[in-house]
Amino acid sequence: MGDLDDLVKDFLVESHENLDRLDRDFMAMEDRPGDKELLAGVFRAIHTIKGTSGFFGFSRLQAVCHAGENLLSKLRDGALVLDGDMSTALLAMGDRVRSLLSDIEHGGAENVGDDQPLIEALHALATGSHHAPAAAPVATPEPVTVPVPVADSAPAPAPRVVASPVEAHPPHPPEGEPARSGEGSSIADSTLRVDVRLLDRVMNLVGELVLARNRILQESGGIRHAGLSNAATRLDQLTTELQEGVMKTRLQPIGAVWQKLPRIVRDLSKSLGKQIRVEMQGAETELDKTIIEAIKDPLTHMVRNSVDHGVEMPDQRVAAGKPAEGRITLRARHDGGQVVVEIDDDGRGIDPGRVKAKAVEKGVISAEQAAKMSDREAVTLIFAPGFSTAEQVTSISGRGVGMDVVRTNIERIGGTVDVASRPGHGATIMVKIPLTLAIIPALIVTCAGQRFAIPQVSLLELVSVPADKVATQIESVYDARVLRLRGQLLPLVDLAGELRLTPPPGGGPVRVVILQADHRQYGLIVDGVQDTQEIVVKPLGRQLDGIEVFSGATIMGDGRVALIIDPVGLAKRAKVASRKDAGSGSAGGSGPVLTPLLVFRSPDDGRMAVTLAAVNRLEELREDQIERMGNQEVIQYRGGIMPLVRVFRVLAERRKNPRNPDAGVKPGTLPVVVHAHGDQMIGLVVGEILDTVEEDITALRPATRPGIAGCLVVRGKVTELLTIDHVVKAALPALAEA
Amino acid sequence: MQTCTFRLDGRLYGIAVAHVQEILRRQPTTPVPLAEAAVEGLINLRGQIVTAIDLRRRLLLPERAEGASSVNVVVRTATGVVSLVVDEIGDVLDLPDADFEATPDTVSDQVRPFLKGVSKLTGHLLLLLDPERAVDPAA
Repeated sequence: MGDLDDLVKDFLVESHENLDRLDRDFMAMEDRPGDKELLAGVFRAIHTIKGTSGFFGFSRLQAVCHAGENLLSKLRDGALVLDGDMSTALLAMGDRVRSLLSDIEHGGAENVGDDQPLIEALHALATGSHHAPAAAPVATPEPVTVPVPVADSAPAPAPRVVASPVEAHPPHPPEGEPARSGEGSSIADSTLRVDVRLLDRVMNLVGELVLARNRILQESGGIRHAGLSNAATRLDQLTTELQEGVMKTRLQPIGAVWQKLPRIVRDLSKSLGKQIRVEMQGAETELDKTIIEAIKDPLTHMVRNSVDHGVEMPDQRVAAGKPAEGRITLRARHDGGQVVVEIDDDGRGIDPGRVKAKAVEKGVISAEQAAKMSDREAVTLIFAPGFSTAEQVTSISGRGVGMDVVRTNIERIGGTVDVASRPGHGATIMVKIPLTLAIIPALIVTCAGQRFAIPQVSLLELVSVPADKVATQIESVYDARVLRLRGQLLPLVDLAGELRLTPPPGGGPVRVVILQADHRQYGLIVDGVQDTQEIVVKPLGRQLDGIEVFSGATIMGDGRVALIIDPVGLAKRAKVASRKDAGSGSAGGSGPVLTPLLVFRSPDDGRMAVTLAAVNRLEELREDQIERMGNQEVIQYRGGIMPLVRVFRVLAERRKNPRNPDAGVKPGTLPVVVHAHGDQMIGLVVGEILDTVEEDITALRPATRPGIAGCLVVRGKVTELLTIDHVVKAALPALAEA
Repeated sequence: MQTCTFRLDGRLYGIAVAHVQEILRRQPTTPVPLAEAAVEGLINLRGQIVTAIDLRRRLLLPERAEGASSVNVVVRTATGVVSLVVDEIGDVLDLPDADFEATPDTVSDQVRPFLKGVSKLTGHLLLLLDPERAVDPAA
């Protein structure tokens, strides 16, 4: 809008604000039709727009506002009482004004159009002649003159002057009623509008100042000089305060996004034939502007969902013993460094059974998984990709984008979404989001001589594997490595490897940063771990858009740039399996649920696999370590005695003397998969370990011999999935009993 | 047209002055793993993080000798502020538009998109760079 007059710009900004308030006030008016204060406020807003548009010669705007104002003045004076038709007509007027304003914003002038039906409808309502077919605009032209301004600019009453006689109505709240709409106006005098770009610049400068401060502190640390160190301390305090102050300027109350919701709910519920009122608690809770922007759409979508799927039709509600009018409550509050936003309705809740059935039908999960799933887990399936509970696709929420998009968007800004359902009584969606995106605590790690920042929010713990324990705690199966952590196998990602950097020569302890990304946990191998710092997040240029491993960059104390790692993007790149998903079959994950498998060679160069979850460790044992207890081969292992089971001997081999059973195995050694059977470790002697893969094992092809759960194709080879329990039972019946 | 000149591998190039924000001596640069080869890394330009693109790599010229000097030409483009790394910076010349000719057909197809044309200076040629393409080949 570069060529727009500054005055017109001011007019647009002001009018948009007025319209936003108008929507809210119209909604409030439906509840309190007689509230003179509200009516006066609405009247004033429209009147101001009308006056100014006349001044600029926007004739359509002026005519539309004039018609609305006419009706409003009758309402304000008590000559008419607000009803549903009037609200609808007034809201339609608001929409028309909005669209005309946006024409002006984009084209500098009003577009051509016909407002006559709307104007006539408003006039009909104002003159009380509408109680025939309600919405049908009466064709008789009203004697009330609609001013059609002449092209050359209309007699220019300065907008402020026009407005003043109206403002002369002092806003006395009706006695006994707390001031409602007046609340905003008192702060208006002590606030001023600031261009966001200016704030962003100030914010950047403060970020710079923080870095300069860090540098000064670093450099002055080594100098003994009372004056200097006092000054440095003072600078430190001031910078911290300044930083906090500037952060606050970017905060906005969440109410800023909420105020559009009652209107959306009203329109939706009307079109669905539902009755819903919106309640808000904690609208003053403040959030960073960028976060407000980011949650706007997800929030709207969740509310639409509640209206569409949550709250029932009035007759169903009455039949269920609930009031015909449904309720949606929006709540916001601070909780630690986070903001919790809840969308709560008193509708039918989410039926775990129906959700499961739908998820199975849509192929989100298998029937088997559904059977094992708790109600709590089932409800979270609504966030799974490809899921939509709408029995019929409606124009409202069944548009292909579902709650999975909501979850993705919330997680993108470091937030989480959860849902709680009370079948028959309603559902609550709980969103937790960080206060600000601009400054986050992060752990600084090093890799191949470079520094990287890892957001603290994804950090679970730090593990250092001493050099002499590396061999026993980190298993390497070809290029896939796993870490044994408290009896669990955790997939490992080597940062240097993923980033194609050259790691320094190994040998020392291995440092692992355990990360939580989406529903997966994994260990990230880094060269070194430095400290935790508050970092200022800055975006990367468009040239680096495609690299999902980095979410941004920051400037370190020495002025150099460090990249910020995105744990989710990194996990995707490294193809880390979602263990939690695979193990419990819970919600999330896209497409089929993949299970990590360990593949080894079976005799005759066949392929066999076990689920990685059943594998505790992998060992390479020497033949000469094997001892005998009766008929049982055993081995001393970790201070205990571990029975060995020759898997291929237990399974009925097809051939008496299979060819080459030891292919790929170092002579004199045995590859052993250590499996924990309760407290007892069992060593399963297998063939050469080949690979770890992730496969969907919910649809296996039938097995051809006992001990095998079924067959699947892994990397082009038919692979048998071993049932460890069967093997153990067959080989060690006594143990299996116990 | 006011043209800021610079050298790459002994050849003279130019870029419209209107695009140039500033010239910086060599900056500490943080390499970006996994980025395309032409991306040399990220530099800190007074608190703003700016991508540095090595024009030698972009124009498929031989790698700069180790330790050889280089200069950052910070340009404003539609995709934001980007730094172009060149060997050395030359004078600003005022070249009449008429002096420019289309890039000769003999220039390889991989390089030609990054050039806007050629100007005949006395004694040698000046290749005029298209900064929008240079920072974003898809532009």
